[in-house]
Amino acid sequence: MKLKNAWPKYYKKGVVTHYCPGCGHGIVHRIVAEVLEELDLGKRAIGVNPAGCAVLAYLYFDFDVIESAHGRGTAIATGIKRSRPDLFVFTYQGDGDLSAIGTAETIHSANRGENICVIFINNAVYGMTGGQLAPTTLIDMKTTTTPLGRDPKYDGYPLHITDVVAQFPGVVYAERVAVDGPAGIRKTKKAITNAFKTQVEGLGYSIIEVLSPCPTNWKLSPVDSFKWVTEVMMKEFPTGVLTDKRPGKE
Amino acid sequence: MSKIFISGNHAFAEAALRAGCQCYFGYPITPQNELGEYMADHMRKLDRVFIQSESETAAINMVIGSAATGARVMTSSSSPGVSLKQEGISFLAGFELPAVIVNVMRGGPGLGNIAPSQGDYFQATRGGGHGDYRTPVFAPASVQEIADLTYHAFDVADRYRTPVMMLSDGMMGQMKEPVVFPEPIGKLPDKEWALKGRGDGPSRYICSLILDVVEMERHNWKLVRKYDEIEKNEILYEEYMLDDAEIVVIAYGTTARIAKGAIKRVRKDGVRAGMLRPITLWPFPKKALADLCARIRQFVVFEMSTGQMLEDVQIALAGRADIVFHGRPGGVVPMPVEFARIIYREYQKMTKPQI
Repeated sequence: MKLKNAWPKYYKKGVVTHYCPGCGHGIVHRIVAEVLEELDLGKRAIGVNPAGCAVLAYLYFDFDVIESAHGRGTAIATGIKRSRPDLFVFTYQGDGDLSAIGTAETIHSANRGENICVIFINNAVYGMTGGQLAPTTLIDMKTTTTPLGRDPKYDGYPLHITDVVAQFPGVVYAERVAVDGPAGIRKTKKAITNAFKTQVEGLGYSIIEVLSPCPTNWKLSPVDSFKWVTEVMMKEFPTGVLTDKRPGKE
Repeated sequence: MSKIFISGNHAFAEAALRAGCQCYFGYPITPQNELGEYMADHMRKLDRVFIQSESETAAINMVIGSAATGARVMTSSSSPGVSLKQEGISFLAGFELPAVIVNVMRGGPGLGNIAPSQGDYFQATRGGGHGDYRTPVFAPASVQEIADLTYHAFDVADRYRTPVMMLSDGMMGQMKEPVVFPEPIGKLPDKEWALKGRGDGPSRYICSLILDVVEMERHNWKLVRKYDEIEKNEILYEEYMLDDAEIVVIAYGTTARIAKGAIKRVRKDGVRAGMLRPITLWPFPKKALADLCARIRQFVVFEMSTGQMLEDVQIALAGRADIVFHGRPGGVVPMPVEFARIIYREYQKMTKPQI
């Protein structure tokens, strides 16, 4: 019998992650490692990890990684890719990192059409700092800095940054997916594979937004968190391909 | 090698090209725009990288990414823009990545103006960003020195794996002088520590996050040992007419140029004045100053600021000699005659017994 769930080659063995039970990061980490292996990119990959819960990703990924200051991932990725176009470069960023403090870097790296991939974990909340309002926090959602719920008149509206950059000519592939169950996880892997291939083929910028559960800060059980992604979050952030400018796909 | 008549801003860029700078990232700001424009003109022709970034913050982070791959890399800006780069400079120090950062200073604080100033001395020599670190700082006083020190700065950055700052001002940047440039570098140094993809070897990472406080403390002391080495090996200064001097000027960059004119002027009136010009501002030539105390009682500090290097002079002299300070902040460039009057006045006070 063929072992279907072999340990991914580019994921460190024998390490226990610091992620909370039910967190989506572990799933997406594994997908990234699997796709790098399947596309044979791990030997020349450089990941850029963010400030946020995934700051320690270099302890789990078994390929080269550099840490980024909060929000600056795509600028660092730009520097790496422009210096060494032969390397495979991707950032792994959260919603606060990518769509609050790093908005300028996100917009302009996308607009330059940098030949990099962006994995964008959207869990509608600041995870590592303990559950504050994020740009992606849903209306009426309670966080530690919106204790009565997000009031759009006071706190603004959920920011759809992936929809914004998908409009740019330099953004070749953009898709929103959700790791809310087995089907969603399979779609996420497909989307990340498409994004990684986009870079390998030299086509330009790709971004995959992953709706991902954060049971600790949502104050829900892991099971209810996965349900919440499907039933609540996906209403605000519908999944699907936002742009696909690859040749023959338009 | 023939002489080229060139501006300071262009000389920074040309020297970087010759030092093997492979990538330049920058954002426009006066009075250093000619530097980025020179790079835009030359880098792509040489099959190297030039990007005009969306901000100084983005530029310094592109520098980080580029430096992490082992490339020789530079960014440049002027005072307000260099403030924005401080986050990235702190990360470069923590990551132990080499890079050259040019600051062509202008009047401040805030937007200030676009005239020459030396108001960023504290920021440059005290780290500037957050955390326990130092940055080697070179202060050229001629366009020739801009060329030589920029070329040298890339070597220092690589040797110690540290960000290095070139601290200049609008006067130096805009001024044109004849320059003989160093020959283009042959082979760039090997950087086994750089991220190149793991290949068949073990994976590696570059990080500044060290949650274990004991490990973080160890990292801090490791950086200090490196800074000690830099202090031991890299101090540069110029002695000007010190042999018979009785009164000594301490000044750097543009101000030192003006002070030279002042010293020549007062010497005609029999005033035995000299100058010690720090070329590295960090590490500061403390010992050279302390040694002068043995025979010099009066020092004069000139700066285009309200008195920043003054504090390093005070530390170096440790109360063993008198210091007079004269500063012109805000973009005012003093005339040699203004400095000459002060040197003359202090010399008279010193040599004529008070009744």
